[in-house]
Amino acid sequence: MREIGAAEVSAAVARMCRSANTKLPDDVRRKLEESLARETSEAGREIFRQLLENADLAFKTKLPLCQDCGLAVFYVEMGEDVRVAGGLNKAIIEGMVAGYRDGFLRKSSCDPMTRRNTGDNTPAIIHVDLTPGDKLKISYMAKGGGSENMSRVTMLAPSQGWKGIKEFVVRRVAEAGPNPCPPVILGVGIGGTFEYAPRIAKKALLRKLDDTHPDPKIAAMEAELLAGVNALGIGPMGLGGDITCLAVKIAMAPCHIASLPLAVNVQCHSARHEEVEF
Amino acid sequence: MATHSLTTPLTDADIEKLRAGDVVRLSGVIYSGRDAAHKKLVELLDAGKPLPFDPRGAVIYYVGPSPAPAGRPIGSAGPTTSYRMDAYAPRLIALGLKASIGKGKRNDEVKKAMREHKAVYFGATGGAGALLSMRITASRVIAFEELGPEAVREMTVRDFPLLVINDAFGGELYATPNLPD
Repeated sequence: MREIGAAEVSAAVARMCRSANTKLPDDVRRKLEESLARETSEAGREIFRQLLENADLAFKTKLPLCQDCGLAVFYVEMGEDVRVAGGLNKAIIEGMVAGYRDGFLRKSSCDPMTRRNTGDNTPAIIHVDLTPGDKLKISYMAKGGGSENMSRVTMLAPSQGWKGIKEFVVRRVAEAGPNPCPPVILGVGIGGTFEYAPRIAKKALLRKLDDTHPDPKIAAMEAELLAGVNALGIGPMGLGGDITCLAVKIAMAPCHIASLPLAVNVQCHSARHEEVEF
Repeated sequence: MATHSLTTPLTDADIEKLRAGDVVRLSGVIYSGRDAAHKKLVELLDAGKPLPFDPRGAVIYYVGPSPAPAGRPIGSAGPTTSYRMDAYAPRLIALGLKASIGKGKRNDEVKKAMREHKAVYFGATGGAGALLSMRITASRVIAFEELGPEAVREMTVRDFPLLVINDAFGGELYATPNLPD
């Protein structure tokens, strides 16, 4: 059994939290640059210019890209032949707390009823998948509340099929309008169960914006949803324009013969995530 | 679309000049307040107590900034989504609040209150918190410090970049989605 020290994991998590909140991923930045060139609405182009300037400024000053540094969400792929001495969850949480404290990141976690801030952004939301081998991969995502609030899960009837899925996704983005900071990125989970569909929808947001799904049928579905959403004309910040959505990423899983679970996880343009492998 | 430079406190005459789509560069003192602070502000009003700032001519910015690093008055400071303050906003507008700053749609009650009492809703660019922070020259907590990022702050802004989303005459800038029937 391979063993990794908790301090090593904590330090890497703290670094990721600080770095992801101040440096926009390269693929997201490229997509914003392409969008500035392609958008035909002047109000929309002005938004893209501001977002690119904001990204430069955040990188230079180390001010967070967005004041909403999110709840800290972690997707962990953990080999069955590796362990973290002192505990994986504890190491991740300690790293997150240090990263948010030392990076001057906003602590956005509160009690759901009293609304009292927990003060240190705890707890982290941690999803673990066990994998063969002895590798450990930790992906971190800063998930802001504005876009998360516009996300939805539904249980469609199997007869509704692709048409029902498409209608639900497009209508969700239409109803969200300017609220989630468009242009958005959509993580779409199709199948699984009531809790599994949103889990894979969110994980799909970790993919590179310019990748192509290896399954050509799913790649075509992603392209169709992207075109459907962009036809809405909501545009950057809801000011009208060609680009309402930067990318759609679909994750699918088999589901019950009675069900067609569907989750739409809306992500704002400030798609902050990083990963580290041990 | 016109461009206006305005200084707080705002007057009815300032508001009457503004139309949806206009660009505004705002300077002067504004107040931060979001979900938890609004709940407390309305609780103060219910109890017949004074607000921590004079609402007449005032501008509220829906923002929960990130902590200020050394040498800066404030951290990243972009707008939060406004609809969550819709339950409270008409009450403050009736007391003379002239503008709120946020992102996203407002409900009909807020739009009605803005028409009746001459107020506007400004949009700032969501997700541009570092950029917007540069236009804030001073900030101090004036109420509800226990709320952390949600505390009410008195902030001084210079040429803060805004768009008029809803004017006082029923005009709205946001695009209507082209939904297929």
